[in-house]
Amino acid sequence: MKYEPVIGLEIHAELLTRSKMFCGCSADHASASEPNVNICPTCAGLPGALPVANKKAVELAALVGLALNCSINKRSAFARKNYYYPDLPKGYQISQFDFPIAEKGWLEVNADEKNQIKVRVRRAHIEEDTAKLTHEKNYALVDFNRSGVPLLEIVSEPDMRTVEAALDYATKIRAILRYLGVNSGDMEKGVLRFEANISVRPVGSDELRKRTEIKNLNSFRALTRASQYEIERQIKIYESGGTVEQETLGWDDARGVTISQRSKEDAHDYRYFPEPDLPPLNLSDEWIQSIREQLPELPEAKTARFIADFELTPSEARLLTSELSLANYFEEVVRHAKSSPKSVSAWIAGEFMRNLNELNVEVDSVPVKALAQLIDMVTDKTISGNTGKAVLTELFKNGGDPAQIVKEKGLAQISDEGFIQEIIAKILDDNPSEIEKYHAGKETLLQWFVGQVARATKGKADPVLTKELTLKGLEERRK
Amino acid sequence: MELTNLAIREAHELLKTKKISSVELTQATLNRIRDTDSKIKSYITVTDELALEQARRADERLAKGENITPLTGVPYSLKDSLSTRSVRTTCASKILEDYVPQYNATVVDKLNDAGAILLGKTNMDEFGMGSSCENSAFFNTHNPWNLNHVAGGSSGGAAAAVAAGMGLFSIGEDTGGSVRMPAAFCGVTGLKPTYGRVSRYGVISLASSFDCVGPLARNAYDCALVLEAIAGHDSHDSTTYQAKVPQYAANLNKSIEKMRIGIPKEYFVAGMDAGVESALQEAIRQLEKLGAEIREVSLPHTQYGLPVYYLLQVAEASSNLARFDGMRFGLSVSENAQDSLDVYLQTRRDGFGDEVKRRIMLGAYALSAGYYDAYYLKAQKTRTLLRRDFETAFASCDILLAPTSPMPAFKLGEKTSDPLAMYLSDVCTVSTNPAGVPALTVPCGFSNNLPVGMQLIGKHLDEQTLFQVAHAYQQETTWHERLPPL
Repeated sequence: MKYEPVIGLEIHAELLTRSKMFCGCSADHASASEPNVNICPTCAGLPGALPVANKKAVELAALVGLALNCSINKRSAFARKNYYYPDLPKGYQISQFDFPIAEKGWLEVNADEKNQIKVRVRRAHIEEDTAKLTHEKNYALVDFNRSGVPLLEIVSEPDMRTVEAALDYATKIRAILRYLGVNSGDMEKGVLRFEANISVRPVGSDELRKRTEIKNLNSFRALTRASQYEIERQIKIYESGGTVEQETLGWDDARGVTISQRSKEDAHDYRYFPEPDLPPLNLSDEWIQSIREQLPELPEAKTARFIADFELTPSEARLLTSELSLANYFEEVVRHAKSSPKSVSAWIAGEFMRNLNELNVEVDSVPVKALAQLIDMVTDKTISGNTGKAVLTELFKNGGDPAQIVKEKGLAQISDEGFIQEIIAKILDDNPSEIEKYHAGKETLLQWFVGQVARATKGKADPVLTKELTLKGLEERRK
Repeated sequence: MELTNLAIREAHELLKTKKISSVELTQATLNRIRDTDSKIKSYITVTDELALEQARRADERLAKGENITPLTGVPYSLKDSLSTRSVRTTCASKILEDYVPQYNATVVDKLNDAGAILLGKTNMDEFGMGSSCENSAFFNTHNPWNLNHVAGGSSGGAAAAVAAGMGLFSIGEDTGGSVRMPAAFCGVTGLKPTYGRVSRYGVISLASSFDCVGPLARNAYDCALVLEAIAGHDSHDSTTYQAKVPQYAANLNKSIEKMRIGIPKEYFVAGMDAGVESALQEAIRQLEKLGAEIREVSLPHTQYGLPVYYLLQVAEASSNLARFDGMRFGLSVSENAQDSLDVYLQTRRDGFGDEVKRRIMLGAYALSAGYYDAYYLKAQKTRTLLRRDFETAFASCDILLAPTSPMPAFKLGEKTSDPLAMYLSDVCTVSTNPAGVPALTVPCGFSNNLPVGMQLIGKHLDEQTLFQVAHAYQQETTWHERLPPL
């Protein structure tokens, strides 16, 4: 029997606010000088301390909700999720339960190379992060710098049928969060975490079988590998006549296996109830509209526009829009260059990205005007393509003005027909036997002559023109 | 002139005119505590040195004549559920026996700013769970009017301290009657303000949606002065009102003529103590003489007040008390612990008293999957009905008048073996907390030589009218001036 997976994702994204969700402490736990410095009675759970909701976090949450085509609930409320763990100082986490801030959205993702599907977003709700535990041999250390950092939990419906779709969904959500400036997408720092809910069923069936939940996937690679492993594990169980148990799993990245953490029998009863310390959030239509007006052009829309306006292929456009900074940079270069957007795209997607990745620097390390000028110099044949590449590398390494570099290093392309003809004539005069062989039929020697010209001009002669004139010279001497 | 029996207003006059100093007043009160509190047991912690230090600073302030408030130099006590920086705050629980907070409750900061003098922290039922002060993990508080009787609870220490001259006022906390009931039992005036009128920040929560910090003092005027100092919006407590704090005390001398006072019939229950009933009837006649219009009203859902209160209170408490886990502060019992769960279990087993454990279990049960709708949710819906009862009643009257308790202070030990009987003693006070409305208790007589309290219930944020009626009444009566025979 053939099986298909049924995948739903929960994404926990930290919201990039200055202060924590319910107190004034800095939310920047990654830059904290040492453990337990960004703490106060509220985020340390001291008796009598109370939470106050962070307005900015609510704005950012609504912004994400709108970007994911959700409806924003005009009345949403916080709830307490009760459980004991040393990383949870109050013995409950403040979250949202019955009334999340955003619900019923969707996102288009690529199911495979050809097909797009709509993945429904069930809800997005605000909650607070826990403290960070470091387990030692006989004890554990608790760092409350992260305690109370705002999180947005984005929950999809189980609409994905391939690992590729899940990966594309996760990638797109990350890109959107980065476009909105609400999350850095820096997964090594744990600011974005995935949980995958997975079941498998015979192809053609529409049943929803028992699912497992894989917790704390901290990279796209872990998401992909853990999902693949879990799908295969479940298929094997069904094929051998077994049944899959509902349970919570962890992912052992080193061994490449999922491991059981908690079975359904040990599932927590979180005793959710409305958080009495916080009044419900009442959001007006005007407020929601003002957030909607803050929405920037999102990756999908930008891709479509790049294809339409700049005549790029879908894959070119997707590459350029993968990061907002790159897309903005591209548009700026197009604005400053006389060359076509298509050639700007080719330069950015090729040599520019290669340098960027190699040197691991930000896009703006080469000024927009410099790159525009460089591309134009290649387009108008002031320099050759190869020289252009060399100048670009120089720009990345030492900066400067492209025209100046070309001038100082004498890199300008020679397009003077008479000058090139003179050099060709001399080379032909010096090599009568090679001409003879050429005329006798060894036409590959054309390239050898062109090479001689390039050598004589230190690569500056216009290669197309050189080839044309060399051919002409050889033919003239055939008589 | 006995300094310890002064009202705030009188003390303020003497301090301002330099007839006495704050150090004298504070020392006299500390002496009173030293001499008397061994009988009453109202204080868990007395902060002598801190008090005298604060008094010296208040005297400097008074000498300079700058920034003087009606509370500058006035000594007071604080219920031990309000956090005080560097001063042990126990909530009368073993689990917090040695807990010293790192920060002040907002109310404490406000009182410090006003220049009031903290004498110490008063006894209470553990975490506010009780109606007699007998659930303190440390000792019982005795009623100053009869040492064999309870002081009431949970703010029993606060009420007894004011009644016995061990502080000119006290700050209590009322979740279901915890200010009013002990105030009535001890013969002092006590206010449960509107929910959200006074910040809860730093007040160790019992039930977050009910808890109200309020003053206990010798009369309504003094309560008005204290409320002015402690009320107001707090950026640390998002359940506080933005509304400006009125100048309550300056506006107390208005006549109560034509004031419409509703008598909710449901509060005059069968089995009510005869002495309490006659004291209240006399008080009603007195108010009528002052021109008030008395009418009977109905709060039809009153019978559900107790179950709604005891369901929601325990549910919220079960969650609020989860943070007492032996990990970061307070008692931690980790001997032979194999894992963190052992630490939680051992700490909470040894740290909490029986009543606290009982309520945590009841509350966790009420919130459990499968029971939530039947208990918690139903109680929340009924809470709405209780609130509407008050709204309806206030459509036809300005305030309501009821007993604070259907009986005077009972004997120590009388109800400790029967939790339900103990819960029933809150019957006249619990409904106001789910509704959020303010209520003031005023001494109005005696039954068997024990004080009787009259409860005035007002509209949301209308403490002013409560003070006004109580003040008019106290201008004509002397019940609030009687002193216990100590």
